[in-house]
Amino acid sequence: MMSALIILVIGLLLVIVLIGMYNSLIRLRNAVQNAWSQIDVQLKRRHDLIPNLIESVKGYMVHEKSVLENITKYRSAALEANNIGDISKAESALTGALGQLKIAMENYPDLKANQNFLALQEELSSTENKISFSRQNYNDQVMLYNNKIQMFPSNIIASMFNFKSSEFFEIEDNTEREVPKVSFN
Amino acid sequence: MWELIRANKRKSIFLFLTMGIILILLGYVIGTIVYPERGGYLGVVIAFSIWVLMSIISFFSGSKILLAISHAKEVKPDVHPVLFNVVEEMKIASGLPYLPKIYIINEEAPNAFATGYNPENASIAVTSGLLVKLNRDELQGVVAHEIAHIFNRDIQFMTIAGIMLGSIVLISQIFLRSMIYSGGRRYHSGSKGGQAQIILIVIAIFFAVLAPIAAQLLYFAVSRKREYLADATSVRFTRYPEGLASALEKLSQNTSELSVANKVTAGMYIVNPLKKKGLRLSDLSNTHPPISERIKILRNIAGGVGYSEYQNAFNQIKGNHSPIIPASGLKEFGHIDFRESKLETKTENTLVQNKRILGDLMMTVNSYQFYSCACGLKIKIPPDFKHNNVECPRCGTSHAL
Repeated sequence: MMSALIILVIGLLLVIVLIGMYNSLIRLRNAVQNAWSQIDVQLKRRHDLIPNLIESVKGYMVHEKSVLENITKYRSAALEANNIGDISKAESALTGALGQLKIAMENYPDLKANQNFLALQEELSSTENKISFSRQNYNDQVMLYNNKIQMFPSNIIASMFNFKSSEFFEIEDNTEREVPKVSFN
Repeated sequence: MWELIRANKRKSIFLFLTMGIILILLGYVIGTIVYPERGGYLGVVIAFSIWVLMSIISFFSGSKILLAISHAKEVKPDVHPVLFNVVEEMKIASGLPYLPKIYIINEEAPNAFATGYNPENASIAVTSGLLVKLNRDELQGVVAHEIAHIFNRDIQFMTIAGIMLGSIVLISQIFLRSMIYSGGRRYHSGSKGGQAQIILIVIAIFFAVLAPIAAQLLYFAVSRKREYLADATSVRFTRYPEGLASALEKLSQNTSELSVANKVTAGMYIVNPLKKKGLRLSDLSNTHPPISERIKILRNIAGGVGYSEYQNAFNQIKGNHSPIIPASGLKEFGHIDFRESKLETKTENTLVQNKRILGDLMMTVNSYQFYSCACGLKIKIPPDFKHNNVECPRCGTSHAL
């Protein structure tokens, strides 16, 4: 009688612990999904801002045609991409092209005196920040989630209910780290 | 990070229990003095009801009261787009689901605080002086510190602990004052009187004086630790300790006092808004850790921007090993890298320029309208201006509004 009761209590405790682990896995997975949608929101916002930006600088920056064309090109590439790998590739190319545009803008003092343009620029650079912070948050969440999936004892529950580890949002820094060419003539 | 929040909650519960015991004891002792027969229990009930009443008020309008005391005005994004962008950036970095409400306090002294009962109804208030004096990276550091208070559930903790502290102070004040005004006569006019009664009264007075001090010291000790923790969390959000460090440096160089702050609200701000007057009390009664130390710790962070690096820097500077971050919080994240400053190198404004920008910002917060005249003068139109035309004071041209 006594031993049966003990076994019952232990079994019950075990079930409670398992339910807790399962719930925390679910919570972490939802956090990862939510963090991903945050990145998505910011990327969309950047896509929406770009036509405005091109429109307002086109008149001033006649010599930077290739930079502007690149931006448009990468934007449409990013719109078409549909898996995490392709999206991060296209988006980092877009980030690089926008960075080049920012450097080129330094040569156009008229542009920097234009209030509308300055507001647009703040909007755009803040969106860039938001993208990188949402990526940072996404990667944090993925790390927490993946740790939980791989570590004992929650890995048992994870494999039982088929929780799969998530992919990090990597950024290829080649374009961002590229040193801008400066000529003195 | 859930581990960290949970560990914080456990500590809070300990604090609440200790303060609760002080509250009940205080009620019991005072009750016994007033009605020696069964007053003790009555006192406990009264003390408890005062606390419940204050909690209810604070739950429904605590942050509104605090914001109103501080003369904070809720603003729309067009008043200061950069501030809104920075807050949203940090909200995203923290992963909080809701954007806090944003308030501006029209004061020259740079400072900021966060308040609210939970992350869903949080508010952040910054002074206009802060917005003018800091660059974007520094502002980001300060906003991240405030978001960290929301994220670590400090605002909730500070509100609840503040209310308990307030109740204890209130009860002991009522008792002590009534003792002074009645000269204590009322309380031993009845039955036995005598020596025992007098001793009891002395003990009660002693307790009524001591209880608020004990509760306050407890509250300050925890609040100081939370400041360090918020700094650590801020660095984890921005990945850029120098931003907050240089912001704190600018804040510490400020000489003007924040007139809207008082002893009760001082603990909420990122740096102590009250200048030290005359004799300096011991470190025990400070609501904030010394700024110079916070800056040193931030600048000493090496090898990454995770919690463990902050704890290492803290240990180095303070020379002791009191844990700021619970062990479970340290383990949760692996290595986190620094980021580069995103700021375009911008020339700092001169003092005169800053004064002008500050003036314009304060007027915008008070919903003034601006109108640029062709002669180059910026005409400022107050919100209660009734006419349809305004004449430029410099060149005399009439403008239709």
